[in-house]
Amino acid sequence: MTDPNTLSPLDLETPDKTFLDANELVINMGPQHPATHGVLRVILRLDGEKVLGLECVIGYLHRGVEKIGENRTYTMFNPYVDRMDYVAAVSNGLGYCETVEKLLNVEAPPRAQYIRVILTELNRMASHQLWLGTHALDIGAITPLFYTFRDREEILKIFEKYCGARLTTHAFRIGGLQYEAYDGFEKEVKNFVNFVKPKIDEYEELLTTNRIWLERTKGVGVISGKDCIALGVTGPVLRASGVKWDIRKALPYANYKEFDFEIPVGQNGDTYDRYIVRMAEFRQSLRIIEQAVERIPAGPIMAKVPKVMKPPVGEVYHSIEAPKGELGYFIVSDGSTQPYRVRVRPPSFVNLQALDVMCRGQLVADVIAVIGTLDIVLGEVDR
Amino acid sequence: MNELMDYIQKYLSSDQTPGGAGNIFWATVYILLVFGGLSVAVIAMNWLERKILAHMQVRLGPMRVGPHGLLQPIADAIKLLLKEDIIPAEADKVIFWIAPFIVVLAAFTVFVVVPFGPTHAITDMNIGILFMLGVSSLSVLGIVTAGWASNSHYPLIGALRSSAQMVSYEVAMGLAVVSAIMMTSLETGTGTLSMIGIVRAQEAQGIWFVFKFFPLGLIAFGMFAIAMVAETNRAPFDLPEAESELTAGFHTEYSGFRWSLFFLAEYSAMIAVSSIAVTLWLGGWLRPFPSVHGPSIAIPHIWPPADPSAPTGALDFVFALCPGISFLLLGAMCFYNVQRMPKHPLFRVQTMGLAGFGAVLALIGLIMFVPAVRDRVEDIFWFSAKVAGFMYLYIWYRGTFPRYRFDQLMKVGWKVLLPTGLALLICTAVWAMHVEVWYAVVVPLWQWLVSLL
Repeated sequence: MTDPNTLSPLDLETPDKTFLDANELVINMGPQHPATHGVLRVILRLDGEKVLGLECVIGYLHRGVEKIGENRTYTMFNPYVDRMDYVAAVSNGLGYCETVEKLLNVEAPPRAQYIRVILTELNRMASHQLWLGTHALDIGAITPLFYTFRDREEILKIFEKYCGARLTTHAFRIGGLQYEAYDGFEKEVKNFVNFVKPKIDEYEELLTTNRIWLERTKGVGVISGKDCIALGVTGPVLRASGVKWDIRKALPYANYKEFDFEIPVGQNGDTYDRYIVRMAEFRQSLRIIEQAVERIPAGPIMAKVPKVMKPPVGEVYHSIEAPKGELGYFIVSDGSTQPYRVRVRPPSFVNLQALDVMCRGQLVADVIAVIGTLDIVLGEVDR
Repeated sequence: MNELMDYIQKYLSSDQTPGGAGNIFWATVYILLVFGGLSVAVIAMNWLERKILAHMQVRLGPMRVGPHGLLQPIADAIKLLLKEDIIPAEADKVIFWIAPFIVVLAAFTVFVVVPFGPTHAITDMNIGILFMLGVSSLSVLGIVTAGWASNSHYPLIGALRSSAQMVSYEVAMGLAVVSAIMMTSLETGTGTLSMIGIVRAQEAQGIWFVFKFFPLGLIAFGMFAIAMVAETNRAPFDLPEAESELTAGFHTEYSGFRWSLFFLAEYSAMIAVSSIAVTLWLGGWLRPFPSVHGPSIAIPHIWPPADPSAPTGALDFVFALCPGISFLLLGAMCFYNVQRMPKHPLFRVQTMGLAGFGAVLALIGLIMFVPAVRDRVEDIFWFSAKVAGFMYLYIWYRGTFPRYRFDQLMKVGWKVLLPTGLALLICTAVWAMHVEVWYAVVVPLWQWLVSLL
């Protein structure tokens, strides 16, 4: 295991020493590559098939989301955050709304909190389903992709019925919700939970004990808990390395402390453990949804929030447990209607740093597996 | 003129292959038939793979071009032919041009010795199986040259992977083949490498070699079944064209017709290795239970067959009807789907097309009941049915398995299949030559080993 603190940067400028010594190969993977999950470009230095080091080149999807935030009011900026991690747009919205609520010192009413938790957990499942499908596809199993997308469709249908959008939902508002849950929302969520439970077993049947899957994922892309903390890696990747850190438990936000759930933890920090942790998170999410949908209280869905938001001068940092890790918002307010500075701490961007550490000494095929297991979304990496 | 007619007709009454009888005319006819049949099989396989894979993955697959997408392969072929033919500027043009031809040539040439029936082969060589293994391994040359001539990183890595993979799995493949060839020498005393001779040996011994020396034949067959998937670069051993890693492997830089030649070669190579497996272990053209005939029966004009040496049992009759019945079933399936088609004027052409396709299939089925046709196609039918079973397996693998990593692939080849193959060879030899040694040494040894666990 390479220590990330002493990791020397990859030398990509110097050409191979001599012609006869040219057994090292510099390969460019991406930005148009089927397995880099969007527009990630990875420069690999290979010795045969062995990876000597790699460097990520990002920015192909940079839209300046943070800068846009400085020129929009707090309400206007809300839909923009959905475009960062477009796979888990609801989580992004939750993080932003809660941060601004913290700045304004208001709290969403209980009914809004419950609906927020249900939608966020549904979104976590949708995000994990997309991860599982594409990750398995990268390793060569093409079938799980279609199974997960079939079931993800049911979640998107609930989103569509709730707020009219499937992907970039803009589901929450600062101070609560704009829309009341539609008629039969609880029943549909319950039906979905019953529908998806056997489906998760179905995914596991295809992969968990599959010999080839085990060989391709066990001991691949190992990263220790210490290195994870040193690099700031969070989310399922951190938990698979044996660190029991989940912001839903550690620094509860929304009303997560009212629910009974566990934090799945791995031991080896390899790709297989990350797979197992995420599969367990599916079931924990279902547990939270089941509890929440049973106990949705009646009441208002919007707290008292001024029409023109002028938060007091100050700064706030608030983070939530997004499907991919710690999603944090740092907002500086100068007392005007627009934030002075918005800084996002995206989990994908920080987790991507670990790619080099996890891939050194592995084979090219493992780089693909590791990119898949990190579960990055380039919209969030580049912002 | 009469001499010419005699020349043509003389072959029809012989019990030899055209090559064996030295009849150039019929050999040419057979070559054209095999070439045409193979091309149709590849087209059908293209459609079937997409449909079967789609249904495994809860989707429909091609549905638009023709009824249930039946014309999709033709549309694809036209698209590929009309595409611009690109040769990269930095490529080695001559080699780039030659590579697909080497691959296609190797893939098609092996069919010279494939026995679709006792007389239905282009020729019968006394080194048939060696010829097949040898020529099919030539395709690696085409793949390496394709990867090298492209002058690009991904194709180069793909080609190197591919050559390493094919070379190492040929060893395991060869060992499995040798153990089957040993079995051909059992009753007759003389072993043979001829493809027809191997099936004849199974006929004489009254058993498919996959069940011979249970479980040795089964293990050899299993080994071959694994090695042949690796040999044809198919999932889960499809590393040379691992799309998630190497975009498309050795044929990344190819497009249009050249690319389709690689595609053609891949599928005909699949059919070729499946034919080897069917010939060596699954009794080639023999029907299931080749040694069981049942009571002799006679139905005027229908049974027994014209050939006096043919078996006349009731079971023989039932199996002789299978080709016609299976085509009728396929036709019935088409008509069932005709009835399920949406009743909308827009679908009228498609519905009629599907009905027409079903009618053609049913007609073929009916023709196959005519005694003269029935007795000639039965061999071909059983051979093709077994090969089709393998084709289904290929698709099933692709829908189920993730892809092996390169080092793991090599590990499986050299550390698992090779030792197993060597042990298998020794065991088969001991059992074949000295059964008493087998029962005196190997069986107690095995029992002792089991008791240790």
